[in-house]
Amino acid sequence: MYDIKALYEARSVEEAVSLLTEHPEAQIIAGGSDVLVQIREGKRAGAELVSIYGIDALRGVRLEEDGTIRIGSLTSFSHIEADTIIKEKIPVLGEAVGKVGGPQIRNIGTIGGNTCNGVTSADSASTLFAWDAIIEITGPEGVRRIPIQDFYIKAGKVDLKPGELQTGILIPKKSWEGYTGHYIKYAMREAMDIANLGCSVNVKLSEDKRTIEDARIAYGVAGPIPLRAVSAEETAKGRPVDKKTVDEFAAAVLNDIHPRDSWRAAKAFREHIAVVIAGRAFTQAVILGGGVLS
Amino acid sequence: MYAGKSVKRVDAYDKVTGRTRYTDDLCDRGAYVARILHSTIAHGKVLKIDTAEAEKVPGVVKILTCFDLKEKHYFATAGHPWSTDPAHQDVADRLILTEDVKFYGDDIAAVVAEDEVAAAQALRLIRVEYEEYPFVLDVQEAMKDGAPQLHEAYPNNILKHTQIRKGDYEQAIKEPGLIKVEGWYDTPTVQHCHIENFICYAEMTGDRIQIVSSTQIPHIVRRVVGQALGMDWGRIKVVKPYIGGGFGNKQDILYEPLCAWLSIQTGGHLVKLDVPREETFVSNRVRHAIRSHIISWVRPDGTYAARKLECFSDQGAYASHGHSICAKGAGAFPQLYPCDNVEVDAYTVFTNKPVAGAMRGYGIPQAMWAVEGHTEEVAAVLNEDPLEFRRKNLMKVGYTDGFSKNEMYADSFNQCLEKAMEAIDYKRKSEEYKNQTGDIRKGIGMAVFWYNTAVWPISLETSSCRMVLNPDGSFQVQVGETEIGQGADTAFAQMAADVVGVPIEKVHVMSCQDTDVTPFGTGAYASRQTYTAGFSIRQTGLLLKERILDYAHILTRMPVFNLDIIDGNIVRTTDGRVLMSLASLAEEAQYSLSESRHITAESTYQIKSNAYSFGCTIAEVEVDIPMCKVTLVDVVNCHDAGKLINPSLAEAQVHGGMSMGIGYGLSEKMIFDPKTGRTLNNNLLDYKLSTFMDHPDLKALFVENEEPTSAFGTKALGEPPACSVAPAIRNAVFHATGVAVKEAPMNPHNLFRAFSEAGLFDKEPGAGSKEDDDAAASSGKNQEVQ
Repeated sequence: MYDIKALYEARSVEEAVSLLTEHPEAQIIAGGSDVLVQIREGKRAGAELVSIYGIDALRGVRLEEDGTIRIGSLTSFSHIEADTIIKEKIPVLGEAVGKVGGPQIRNIGTIGGNTCNGVTSADSASTLFAWDAIIEITGPEGVRRIPIQDFYIKAGKVDLKPGELQTGILIPKKSWEGYTGHYIKYAMREAMDIANLGCSVNVKLSEDKRTIEDARIAYGVAGPIPLRAVSAEETAKGRPVDKKTVDEFAAAVLNDIHPRDSWRAAKAFREHIAVVIAGRAFTQAVILGGGVLS
Repeated sequence: MYAGKSVKRVDAYDKVTGRTRYTDDLCDRGAYVARILHSTIAHGKVLKIDTAEAEKVPGVVKILTCFDLKEKHYFATAGHPWSTDPAHQDVADRLILTEDVKFYGDDIAAVVAEDEVAAAQALRLIRVEYEEYPFVLDVQEAMKDGAPQLHEAYPNNILKHTQIRKGDYEQAIKEPGLIKVEGWYDTPTVQHCHIENFICYAEMTGDRIQIVSSTQIPHIVRRVVGQALGMDWGRIKVVKPYIGGGFGNKQDILYEPLCAWLSIQTGGHLVKLDVPREETFVSNRVRHAIRSHIISWVRPDGTYAARKLECFSDQGAYASHGHSICAKGAGAFPQLYPCDNVEVDAYTVFTNKPVAGAMRGYGIPQAMWAVEGHTEEVAAVLNEDPLEFRRKNLMKVGYTDGFSKNEMYADSFNQCLEKAMEAIDYKRKSEEYKNQTGDIRKGIGMAVFWYNTAVWPISLETSSCRMVLNPDGSFQVQVGETEIGQGADTAFAQMAADVVGVPIEKVHVMSCQDTDVTPFGTGAYASRQTYTAGFSIRQTGLLLKERILDYAHILTRMPVFNLDIIDGNIVRTTDGRVLMSLASLAEEAQYSLSESRHITAESTYQIKSNAYSFGCTIAEVEVDIPMCKVTLVDVVNCHDAGKLINPSLAEAQVHGGMSMGIGYGLSEKMIFDPKTGRTLNNNLLDYKLSTFMDHPDLKALFVENEEPTSAFGTKALGEPPACSVAPAIRNAVFHATGVAVKEAPMNPHNLFRAFSEAGLFDKEPGAGSKEDDDAAASSGKNQEVQ
């Protein structure tokens, strides 16, 4: 039995916007795998809820004419993992969301919910950061699109104004074309866990596969919100594909990340792992791109 | 014969179709819902509880606080048989609600409401004022002079200190040429994590109270509820339906007295107390964390001259099962590797932490972590093969313990080790994985365990059984031993069918214990259900058979000594002729106009024996050093549990125990906030119970040396599978890396510290990320071993 004051069910985005405007205190609920847990814990007890779970228009992945990959915010992790466009263009996102919780959670949980929670450990978030994803938000004033890095304001807080909901996640062609990526979820067990650190790396190699043209690396849990390790990226750009580049790239992440000491993991431990997984994710991304590390 | 066959579980269809009813399914929907208010300090006194706001919540029926408890009956919670000798009774240190807070999570008030939402809302609105005292969380800190004291009667917080002295340790260590090996070993506080949280409900009828509880020990619950409420025991009825696991947590009186009291306080209304998972972690029972210190003095020929063990067991805030756990592990120490000169000092110590009680293995998993880890280190110091070193020093056939009279009848250790080694290809791998370099290394390790069956001669062992013949020739079986998921009912049905001589379909085991009608038994613990119930089932079955054949004599005119019951028929043994079916006999017996009899049998058997139950684990691991991760690649357990009544169920039992051992070795640990004493990870996300994905295929093997003291040749198997898994994994990590981890679990946090201290990361910066995993594993170049 859940302590819910009221539940309003929207059947369209327009209806969701008007319900949210009518009930400014209401919390959006999609799959409920976070919201219901919070209600049970007492954190959101007595909440009013606007459910958007029935808005089928927000489900699915498609490739737009300009090559943008559009992921509806209500698309479940399972569907993303199985989607052919994802598998073909950005398989790393499917791999990342395939590491969320367990099968039941991946069936009910949505990528929109994962990102709107604003938590640093979300498995989809670091990968979306690494892809320079664009967040589409719909509200009373219409639709606006912002980079995912601007969407995250602080821990648990994203840029959703009154009456707004996230309706899509967009990955422009220039972000994904020619890139290969790898995600490493570092957790204490192989399922049913949240990341102690998540690291997603994309690289773009030169045509001869000997030079790193571009590299992007994003972390979850290396700070209060997901973040890009920009100095590591700079270290790698234009460098030859070799082990020295890998090592220097990995070591450079320490300039960018600021994990904290908590009972969940010590700072020194997180830093050690951050370097190890940066190197391994980078290496794997390079190999997927056809690079050879001698 | 059914004993020895993998017959289908008697409850299989009901359980897989969801038809089985558990406590919550049985509770009437009109029940009031109770929730407990737990203290938010670790040590102190409750000064005031303000319930005014909480009482305004619609649906709140009554709020009762520690100050409403007018009659203070202190009670002991351990699910041990009662002792009529006060010197052997458990420590009675609990109250239904308390104002003297001894740990963060102590029970100080309760809300009774019409539904769970109202109860939860009310809980959040109760305000408590405390006087806070200093608290202590570390077991050895708690023993120091001047440490915060939990219980007045126990100076330096020592609940009990026991010693074992054999030979002359001090003299023996003077022998020239001895090698000293010393180590400290720590095990964590863990929780049982049975899938069904503790739940019970209570209501009154007349002046009696009925409690339905998810417990392993209904008859003991009846006694303790009586003691806690100051009520005659006969006015209390306890019913135990199917339960979703217990693993020892439910071998304790948890909240049955509180629930019964809340019912009484609300006019005898039905009150349900369903404990959330978060509270199950903190305010039920946990496994004792035990710190052990072992010193071995070894001769260069690999024999022990003298050994010493000190162990410090973290009891938490209240006595519960107390020193029994630590004492069991300490008692195993001089037996497993016999040595002429031994000193053991075992301490059980109160701390301001969740209360430790019984948990599968009862002190032996902790002891084996220390002893088997240490054994591996001694072998390494001597440069001896760990297997040969064990063979040389392990308990030998014929060993007899003076106290329990337990005897090692067969060469169980060697037989189990042989079988396990063959299954996992130990010898080849042990050679192959020597002297590895590289980031990713493999290792293989073993551990043995010592265990015994039941609790004789420490406390009462008794089992009662009733059999009631039906007119169709089938019969009911009732025993006080309880089905808690392990498959006991199926084993009972197999044994009963064999003794009486009927097809197993003719045996109806009454799974539910009801203390008003079920014959007395003390319940599920000490891996004793099959062993213990076996005696009373055999004795009662023979009695039933005697009564049936006595009636058969009337109907057939044949002498009883020429009659038998075979496969549900009355058979003349002289020529094998079937004279009549048991069904027609039973029908006639019940309805006969000349000689009507209600054929039943009931008897009690008091067991005055106990049996060793031994075995081993061998584990193979892959250690990713930079990632601080251990992958369990393969694991095998081999047990000598005597004759297996049901091999499939035995295998399942071993799998479950191995899973528990994997979590114990690799991931599980309760974490306490040093600033407040609060449990930080009291949920199944932050508490890292291992999952299927963390397990390789689990192999369960057996050698079956029939136990001569046993009614059916069987002995302990419930707890033993959890005893040697963690140290075997630990020894495999030692084999792979040369790092002797002292503290369980070997989770990445712990391995990061251990590998750092061992210098495994002392390479050029970023070396761990030099190459991809496969390349590192195959080439293994340029990597330094410590």
